[in-house]
Amino acid sequence: MSEVLDSYPLLLRGAWTTVQITVYGAVFALVLALAFGLAGTARGRLLRAVNRIYVEFFRGVAALVLMYWFFYALPLLGLRFTPIAAAVLAIGLNYGAYGAEVVRGSVEAVPRAQWEAACALNFTAAQRMRRVLLPQATALMLPPFGNLLIELMKATAGVSLVSIADLTFRAKQIQASTGQTAATFAVILVMYFVIAQALQVLVRIAERRTARMLGRGLPPRRSPAAAPAGEAVLP
Amino acid sequence: MNWDWNYTGKLIPDLLDGLRVTVTATLLGYLIALALGLVWTLLRRSPNPLVHQTVRWVTEFVRSTPLLVQLFFLFYVLPSWGITLGALTAGIVGLGLHYSTYTAEVYRAGIEDVPRGQWEAATALNLPRRRVWAGVVLPQAVRRVVPSLGNYLIALFKDTPFLFGITVTELLGSAFDEGAHTLKYLEPITVAGLFFIAVSVVSSLALRRLEKHYATH
Amino acid sequence: MPPTDLTSPAEPVPGKAAPGKAAGALPGGGGAASARTPCGITFEQVVKRFGDNVVLDHLDFAVGAGERVTLIGPSGSGKTTILRLLMTLERPDGGVIRVGDDPLWHMERGGKLVKAGEKHLHEMRKRIGMVFQQFNLFPNMNVLRNLTEGPVHVLGLSRDEAVERARGLLELVGLADKEDAHPTRLSGGQQQRVAIARALAMEPTVLLLDEVTSALDPELVVGVQDLLRDIARSTDVTMLCVTHEMGFARDISDRVLMFDQGRIIEEGPPGTIFEEPREERTRAFLRAVLAS
Repeated sequence: MSEVLDSYPLLLRGAWTTVQITVYGAVFALVLALAFGLAGTARGRLLRAVNRIYVEFFRGVAALVLMYWFFYALPLLGLRFTPIAAAVLAIGLNYGAYGAEVVRGSVEAVPRAQWEAACALNFTAAQRMRRVLLPQATALMLPPFGNLLIELMKATAGVSLVSIADLTFRAKQIQASTGQTAATFAVILVMYFVIAQALQVLVRIAERRTARMLGRGLPPRRSPAAAPAGEAVLP
Repeated sequence: MNWDWNYTGKLIPDLLDGLRVTVTATLLGYLIALALGLVWTLLRRSPNPLVHQTVRWVTEFVRSTPLLVQLFFLFYVLPSWGITLGALTAGIVGLGLHYSTYTAEVYRAGIEDVPRGQWEAATALNLPRRRVWAGVVLPQAVRRVVPSLGNYLIALFKDTPFLFGITVTELLGSAFDEGAHTLKYLEPITVAGLFFIAVSVVSSLALRRLEKHYATH
Repeated sequence: MPPTDLTSPAEPVPGKAAPGKAAGALPGGGGAASARTPCGITFEQVVKRFGDNVVLDHLDFAVGAGERVTLIGPSGSGKTTILRLLMTLERPDGGVIRVGDDPLWHMERGGKLVKAGEKHLHEMRKRIGMVFQQFNLFPNMNVLRNLTEGPVHVLGLSRDEAVERARGLLELVGLADKEDAHPTRLSGGQQQRVAIARALAMEPTVLLLDEVTSALDPELVVGVQDLLRDIARSTDVTMLCVTHEMGFARDISDRVLMFDQGRIIEEGPPGTIFEEPREERTRAFLRAVLAS
């Protein structure tokens, strides 16, 4: 065990890479989720079709397969990414598709009366979305986004298979050099758990702020184990 | 570099073998997830706080850590404790364990969603405890959980490529091995990706029909 | 109250602010209510269907500029649909609606009426305001922002101007101390008064009131009704009102239209309709409403 803990600089560097890929991937996924999710709420048929194709395609393919494809297949077509870029691209595209469904569902779940009131105040379509629907939909998006963020973080462990030196990759290195298999994997499982709990705290703070903005009481606090992870994979 | 159709054609049988492994792992893993999830749910209803708190944190731990690392643990650590699992078996157990923490949540939510009034009505009729569960609570809960359980089947399927990390030659693994032979990765990995999309899209369509069925009946 | 200028009553005068008028009539109500010349409304052969259900069947009627008209009748008789068509929340299946001289859902092109686009609707909506049964305040904004959001982003007022206007209106509706409050923290009656102020902040020439007191607890109804009476007395905004409160209808309206199955079966001044209705169905309806 002490040999494993002695290699903590390596583990911390790995954890930092994991956090970085998680954050970049989450930001990219969020941008995609908003763009394609809002396209899905549009009245135009073309935009809605764009939403469907993106969601069905990238939700259907596994993140790891996408990562391999960006990493091994695309360079043969002359498209070359740095390993981290390939990983972020794959993870972002995959989780952006889940996020787009969350965005679309949340915007559609804002009561129609709010849309009507905005219409009666003569807001343009863009103003209705930006000033009325989206702020209210945000409160609905945050809990499922929180679950997706944890799922995304877990998926980043796959990058170790394409030789990115994340936490899992470092663990395999340490395991190989020390032979301390059980201790190494136990330590990084705990580290992943800590990262996940930290992410959950951040999401809960955001939830609390939006709830206050909407003048609601705090959302019923979910016990850590009771997070409705089900929403994370809802098609 | 251009797409080589000839090569693609030759790949298909091997990739189908990989797909067979993937589907086997999915179905067996899912069975474990369904059964083990029920165990977690029942243990969490235990009146003993030590039991339900332990279960709560164990499931939370398993659910918020990466499947890949859990697979490593099962595959590389257990042998030193005297339990040696084949790669595929370790993979199936890992998938089942990981997803059991999700199905447990689904069961729990399904049971909690049964309105209080139903429990009270059953008590008012003085039904025995067994009848309350078998006749009142579970039939109503099942209707609520089927769509979510279906979603987790698809999610589990899409997590099977992680088994490649512990040397299982499932769909991604067989595609990668093909590519490693010829150094032509484009065709095998693309075809493997399309297989994944095809299976998930078809299953989510089937699931949506199932959902409609359960919504109306 | 007569209009202050003699331009065609159907011609809205954009940007013609006359804060003194409303302020004089309503103590403390600086810049309240409509400052524009009111518009009339005409329905010509208007048809509205929901699926197979014909809600409005070739409906014709007109409301004069500055007139206060109440629509009564059993539920499902198409009253609310009329307001929703005017607010462009529903699209008519036939006929022409005019607000002022201009068709609401159409544009004149080469002497013919063609379906209008969003731009035209945006222009037309400037003349119309609506208060909803369920208030529909924006929960993501405090009371003041609810009132300033439209004036700033739609009318192009500066924030200071909008805030000044909003404060005047909050004083008018008796909620000057609530500007920082969150809508959900207010009682139903207070929310509805904010919603009325929000509609007035856009200075509409036509105000649509859709069962504005039916979601309120009985003891809160009077406050909202008194406010609307004040507004009716002190401004010249055209009002179209759907209500089940017959006493209120009598106080506020110049004319009452009795609807049944998408048609007007009787109309007249409130005194006539309520004291000596001609139609048996009107009598039956009034008996039923008064009994409840």
